[in-house]
Amino acid sequence: MLESRQPNGQVITGSVQLIHAAGMHARPAVKLTKLAKKFKAQISVRASDTADWINAKSVAKIMALRAARDSIIEIEASGEDAEAAVAALIDLVATDFPDTGQ
Amino acid sequence: MNMRAEIARLAYGGRTASIGFAHGPFVRVDAATNAARAVGAPKEEERALRAALISAGRQIAALASAAGGEAAQILEFQVALLDDQDFLDPIFAAILAGTPADAAWLAALDEQIADYNSAPDEYLQARSSDLMDLRDRVIRTLRGGENAAPNIPGGAVICADDLPPSQFLEIDWSRGGGLALLRGSPTSHVAMLARARGIPMVVQLGSVSAEAETALLDGEGATLELDPSAEQVGLFERRRDVHHKHRASARALLRRPAASWGGEKIRLLINVQRVEDLDHADAQYADGIGLMRTEFLFGGQAGLPDEETQYRAYDAVLRWAGKRSVTIRTFDAGGDKPVPGFTKKGEANPFLGVRGLRLCLARPDVFAVQLRALARAALHANLKVMFPMVTTPEELEAGRNLFADVVGKLRVEGVAAVLPEIGIMVEVPAAALTIGRFKASFFSIGSNDLAQYVTACDRTNGALAKLIDPLNPAVLELIGRTAEYGKRAGISVSLCGDMAGDPRCIPALLSSGVRELSVNPSALAQVKQTIDGLSRGDSRD
Repeated sequence: MLESRQPNGQVITGSVQLIHAAGMHARPAVKLTKLAKKFKAQISVRASDTADWINAKSVAKIMALRAARDSIIEIEASGEDAEAAVAALIDLVATDFPDTGQ
Repeated sequence: MNMRAEIARLAYGGRTASIGFAHGPFVRVDAATNAARAVGAPKEEERALRAALISAGRQIAALASAAGGEAAQILEFQVALLDDQDFLDPIFAAILAGTPADAAWLAALDEQIADYNSAPDEYLQARSSDLMDLRDRVIRTLRGGENAAPNIPGGAVICADDLPPSQFLEIDWSRGGGLALLRGSPTSHVAMLARARGIPMVVQLGSVSAEAETALLDGEGATLELDPSAEQVGLFERRRDVHHKHRASARALLRRPAASWGGEKIRLLINVQRVEDLDHADAQYADGIGLMRTEFLFGGQAGLPDEETQYRAYDAVLRWAGKRSVTIRTFDAGGDKPVPGFTKKGEANPFLGVRGLRLCLARPDVFAVQLRALARAALHANLKVMFPMVTTPEELEAGRNLFADVVGKLRVEGVAAVLPEIGIMVEVPAAALTIGRFKASFFSIGSNDLAQYVTACDRTNGALAKLIDPLNPAVLELIGRTAEYGKRAGISVSLCGDMAGDPRCIPALLSSGVRELSVNPSALAQVKQTIDGLSRGDSRD
């Protein structure tokens, strides 16, 4: 799910369900932050609609989400490549963090 | 004679983390004592920590590139933390405010480690050893201590309180050996590394006497024996030889058509979460699919899956299976599997809440879409449909009536549809105790939830991990009753929980009368091997 909150495309939001069996553990967290860091946009995530938004580029913060399997990860990004960033992160989570190879 | 008592004193039991056998010198590896260091001005302290972080990063990168594969991926978590500004900024802020570099680093890491240790999930707890590894590496560098690996002879049985992944990688395992940890966890990164390398590993041994020349480590029986007698060595070598023979024949065994025990055929089925699980190399050897979960259909995009999406998934699995039977479980949402827009919010006890069939009956709009897709897919004759979390026969009948209505409507619309065989999961004690009241075509015992409800233990609460033992006689009693009723009434009974894939539980399940086991594709070879071993009268327990 991908939508632009404002018509001029400033803040991009999206959400995706975490299907990974062990939840957001070390390897998925590393993959997510590595991918987030490839974008210039400021990217925040949260794992429930009551939690604080945290920086998607911090592996310590992502691990602290304690996101369990089947939780919904919300993603919010702003900046020039925000739309691409949100799409890429949704794809990563939805495809269960595939190994891309070196 | 005190010989027996002496032998017993030197044998320790723990938990299996990696199966295998090691006989070699016994080596204790304990955490290095910390040396004090001179503290400089805040700016110097900041520089010292930055230099230590860079050096630690280089050491870890060197280890990762030497080890490659899974080990490299495990170390990436540490590398990512060294590059995490959100994590490092408060540490540098504390240093600039006057805290010595080592104290600031230790405080931040210890806080994280305590946080991970208090996590309810054993997987997260196990991550604390990665953080300790990183903490100690940076501290060693910062305090100028050389991180020389201890002098460990080849093939040694190494004993430590816990062992960080990077230290595991620094040990030369080329001549075998084994790992005996007083604490540790089977889900830790070190355990994954040990399994990947085939290094036997036993964890949670408690306290072990510090002095011994040689040791026997049995990763299968989860025992450590120190300075063994000739008799102990003889018994150990027999267990090891039997294990090696079994492992060699496991793959060959898998290709043989059927497992049997006591002259009766044991059907080995697989559990699949997603259509892609069928790509596993061993899946083709299964006698059928004992459990296809359908909750995955909620993944990916938000919203509930439409009929076509569901039909395509069911059809793909049924086609793959051909003549073999496929049991598809209707949505089992709720409990620890919430689905936004479907499951109830704010339940105080979700495991005792509106989940499984209860939820589907409460939401016939959602359930009918799934039943339509299933009724269409049922044109493949090999489909069976199973309802989860059934408490009373009335629920089963309500589900069946909805299903029959759906089939009727489809036919009126001119769409070919069939009512498939309908069975239930046996996981609520009330159902297991009154199994004869249910008019089901088959039963599938969900041992994870059955054990949870019989022992009154939330299965997601790590503090209760020992109490929620599926081998509790009360759980086995209900499994036995269900299997016995099935045999008498001519109704098939399978078991699809974690027990089915656990070699320790299989003898009890077969003795209880269960003749169909459904496991993850990766466990299939081992289960077949275990049954084969049991049927040859091999007593390896």
